[in-house]
Amino acid sequence: MSIHERYQPAGKVCDLAGGFLFTAAGKSLIPPRQTTRGFSMDQSKRHNLTPAPRYLAAALTLLASATLSATAAPKERTDSMRGELDEVVVTAKKPFEDVIPAQTLTGNELRRLNSNSVADALRYFSGVQVKDYGGVGGIKTVNIRSMGTNHTGVVYDGVELGNAQNGQIDLGQFSLDNIEALSLYNGQKSEILQPAKDFGSAGSIYMRTRTPRFDEGETYHARATLRAGSFDLLNPSALVELRLSDRVNASLSAEWVNSSGKYKFRYRRVNPAGELAYDTTAVRQNGDINATRIELNVNGTLRKGSWHFKAYNYNSERGVPGAIVNNVWRRGERIWDTNSFVQGRYTGYFGRFTTLNNIKYAFYRTHYVNNDDKQIKVDNLYKQKEAYFSSANEYEIFDWWQVSASYDFMWNHLDADMYGFAQPDRYSNFLSLATALSFDRFKLQASSLGTFIHDTLRGQQAPKDKSVFTPAVYASFNPLRSSDFAIRAFYKQSYRMPTFNDLYYADMGNSKLNPERVTQYNVGLLYDHSGRDVISAARLSADIYYNRVKDKIVAYPKGQQFRWTMLNLGLVDIKGIDVSGLITVNPIRDLYLTLRGQYTFQEAIDVTNPADNYYRDQIPYIPRHSGSAVFNASWRGWGLNYSWIYVGERYNQQENIRYNYTQPWYTSDISLSKDFRFGKVGLRALLEVNNLLGQDYDVILNYPMPKRNYRLTLTVEI
Amino acid sequence: MTTKQFFLYILPLLLVATGCREDELVVPTEYEIIPETPAKDTKVRGFYLVNEGNMGSNKCSLDYFDYLTGLYARNFYAERNPNVIKELGDVGNDIGVYGSKLYVVVNCSHKVEVLDARDGVRLGQVDIPNCRYVRFHRGKAYVSSYVGPVLIDPSAPKGAVYEVDTTSLAVTRKVTVGYQPEEMEIVDDYMYVANSGGYRAPVYDNTVSVIQMIDFKQVQQIPVGPNLHRLKKDRYGKLWVTSRGDHKRRPSRLMVMECKRGYNQMAVTDTIPVACTNMAFRGDSLLYYATDWNDYTASNTISYGVIDIRTKKVISTNFITDGTEKEITIPYGIAVHPETGDILVTDAKNYVSSGTLYCFTPQGKKKWRVRTGDIPAHITFLPR
Repeated sequence: MSIHERYQPAGKVCDLAGGFLFTAAGKSLIPPRQTTRGFSMDQSKRHNLTPAPRYLAAALTLLASATLSATAAPKERTDSMRGELDEVVVTAKKPFEDVIPAQTLTGNELRRLNSNSVADALRYFSGVQVKDYGGVGGIKTVNIRSMGTNHTGVVYDGVELGNAQNGQIDLGQFSLDNIEALSLYNGQKSEILQPAKDFGSAGSIYMRTRTPRFDEGETYHARATLRAGSFDLLNPSALVELRLSDRVNASLSAEWVNSSGKYKFRYRRVNPAGELAYDTTAVRQNGDINATRIELNVNGTLRKGSWHFKAYNYNSERGVPGAIVNNVWRRGERIWDTNSFVQGRYTGYFGRFTTLNNIKYAFYRTHYVNNDDKQIKVDNLYKQKEAYFSSANEYEIFDWWQVSASYDFMWNHLDADMYGFAQPDRYSNFLSLATALSFDRFKLQASSLGTFIHDTLRGQQAPKDKSVFTPAVYASFNPLRSSDFAIRAFYKQSYRMPTFNDLYYADMGNSKLNPERVTQYNVGLLYDHSGRDVISAARLSADIYYNRVKDKIVAYPKGQQFRWTMLNLGLVDIKGIDVSGLITVNPIRDLYLTLRGQYTFQEAIDVTNPADNYYRDQIPYIPRHSGSAVFNASWRGWGLNYSWIYVGERYNQQENIRYNYTQPWYTSDISLSKDFRFGKVGLRALLEVNNLLGQDYDVILNYPMPKRNYRLTLTVEI
Repeated sequence: MTTKQFFLYILPLLLVATGCREDELVVPTEYEIIPETPAKDTKVRGFYLVNEGNMGSNKCSLDYFDYLTGLYARNFYAERNPNVIKELGDVGNDIGVYGSKLYVVVNCSHKVEVLDARDGVRLGQVDIPNCRYVRFHRGKAYVSSYVGPVLIDPSAPKGAVYEVDTTSLAVTRKVTVGYQPEEMEIVDDYMYVANSGGYRAPVYDNTVSVIQMIDFKQVQQIPVGPNLHRLKKDRYGKLWVTSRGDHKRRPSRLMVMECKRGYNQMAVTDTIPVACTNMAFRGDSLLYYATDWNDYTASNTISYGVIDIRTKKVISTNFITDGTEKEITIPYGIAVHPETGDILVTDAKNYVSSGTLYCFTPQGKKKWRVRTGDIPAHITFLPR
């Protein structure tokens, strides 16, 4: 974290690229450091874990069926309500149903990828750039199609995670331990029965936790996992699932992560003649983490509906490793986080009418301390509260035509023990209307969202109320008789509201900011085939898109020295191509070979002002080329996985000059797993080697990443 | 094309086309030819410019312009000193030449880098935490630092001035001054230090510390104005001190301090009613500029001016006369060539992209401009 990016100007300048957080920290002057830090910290910091369960597999399916397939909907609903759907259902969606480009990783696929956290797994999706400050505790945020981290909605079991302070979710804090499916949607999810807020993001990540599924006669499941490895990592976790009655089941998941965060990194330079200039290896300091997570889920089915309750608590203490610069190899910043929330959902089916209601209350506490005796001492406490209510309602007029209306209300409050802090309250109202039409070969969805924001401040005049109206249209067409092939297109407008930091942070915030707007156009093809011959599955999708970010919120220098403010100044043009494919072959019995790959091309250029010396330059940290390839072999209980990630050359500041050039990086990760079964007891051992070739790279300038590292995972399941 | 074909042929092709990782090179120097002809018998060989670089970027860099060859060398530190790990450092804050040595104060790397002033080769470094500015006096370098040697109140440590021997490069003495000291000057064996109190906003420091050089003790703190920054002595022994103001009610101001006849004590004699961010002297003129943020228009108001240091009156509201000032986003550094009177002004733009250095004739006409590193800020001339 550092620094601040978003702070980029203090962070944020960068954010043209999105990276504001750490980059722009200001220098000094006024308490430069302080500003910076605080800022950054905030940014980085807030994570939230908020959401709740939204769609369990069942629900998911249900929705899909409700919206997309006119037939047999009632039956599927029943199934889903019983929670008996297999996860396969999720992956095996028909192409036709993919009105919106979506990418999903589920169950075993997720487990086989060498991933510490949700952020690591997202690297395998096309169109996504993960900002990673390194290590187990380093902040990790996600930027979809270069539109900026703040445009990414992150939904946890049905409710969007919020962070009114800086608008960024640290995905490094989400463990994959109990995640069953991870999906990425460009634009919004392909369904019209969803909270109004879900229609608002430019891109969304859905995390779904595991839902208990019991066979006849089973009353409980239990699983214990122990992970250990490099960085002195010790990560035990446990999951218990209970069938409380025919209609109610519960799961309790708990996890503890402890790591020193120490790893070796290396900086090496040669002069143009090829002689070694310097070559130094050091140990990353102050990157330790000690965190606990505990999560309770209760699911119930009703005669005409279902309900879900979740309670979540995350506690952590982390060191902030900071930038490695000349003469500075360790820093003294620490952060304590407590994130807690409860959320509930009720879904009801009444003939042609379906209702989906969510409610949530969240409390996030962040304590930031800078103990570095060379810098200003900082000791700040931030408290965020959030209350949320959503009601989504859908009516099926005909089998082929559904309409929906959703209303959400959200309240956010931020308190900080800083001098003159404005203590903002935000009251947000979201209202959406949507419709879905599905014919034999053609599907259409249209939605519109109105957002109304009212802020109040303590001791200051609040800015004017803001309102934004954003429409979206999605269509898919199946030109051939076979349903393997589909063409899809979408147009969507979205926005991001200025965060509390943008508006009110010390004297950097600018309360006159307007929402930042994004317009997206996308056209794509999808081929999806599954069969029983040698090629058991093949899927290829390609999308081409154009996005325009208007009124981008950037940090702008004000007055003397390193003082910054935020302005609606930036204009970014993004053209891109996402290609992804998957093929599974079954050459001999029980042997399955899967190759999955994705490639992204992006030209994301700053077109704000022809007088800027970075006019039409690629924005910071967006590679033109990036991609990944994963090869997986499974044979009886054995599994072998090799994955390779490539991120092409980038620039770490706005100007595309050699002083800002950042080299490509590519890492190879490999893992081997074996499942054993002793009666009712299942055992699994997994050995991972990450960064196999020991490449020394930075994702973010001056934040070195680990060299080769190892992890061993043992799981017992009853 | 099937999926398989794609992976077999296209993906590898794309990757080959986009390139692989190569050895990281030492940051290369770039040269530019500047249309400048050296004056005959000049005593000025060239000047150094330190680019601060944004915090955490480790992009503090050093540029050098040589009047004799007309070559501008951008970012030459790493090439001259390829073995220094992580180059010059994070956030340069000041630069000075004394004798045969060049001193670069690197704020967030907590060090003063000492180079051979002739060729830029590193001689050593002095570790001083959160160091800000450097001045020289009788064989010693004095460096102001936000962090004092004794933490009396750990939550609000006072700053200090460190004395460094220019031969051994060892810290010889320290003295605690006010909060977050900035620029210093030495007049008649007393050192005057502008204290900002920037870490204590909005309760800024407002004093100039007076240090008696013989025993290196703070003998007095003179109240001057909130959040002091610049402090420069003119040819008559007067001190010109800038206050940044509190960014709210009290605006930035320029103050003059001098000794009353018959007394040895400095006192504020005048407050000039202009905002001042930085200044440089040319003969009896003081050239200044100010950048002031206006919340209402959401833009910076930038002003330039000239003050007669004898009358302390503003005699001109611009020293750039050809309209070039419209090109300058954020003036960030100013220096005057000691012989020709040419004016050097830097533009820091948005702080996170390359800045520009402008050279104006004494009449205020643009002679040339050149691209610099990030946040060009501090200039020192190199004698022949």
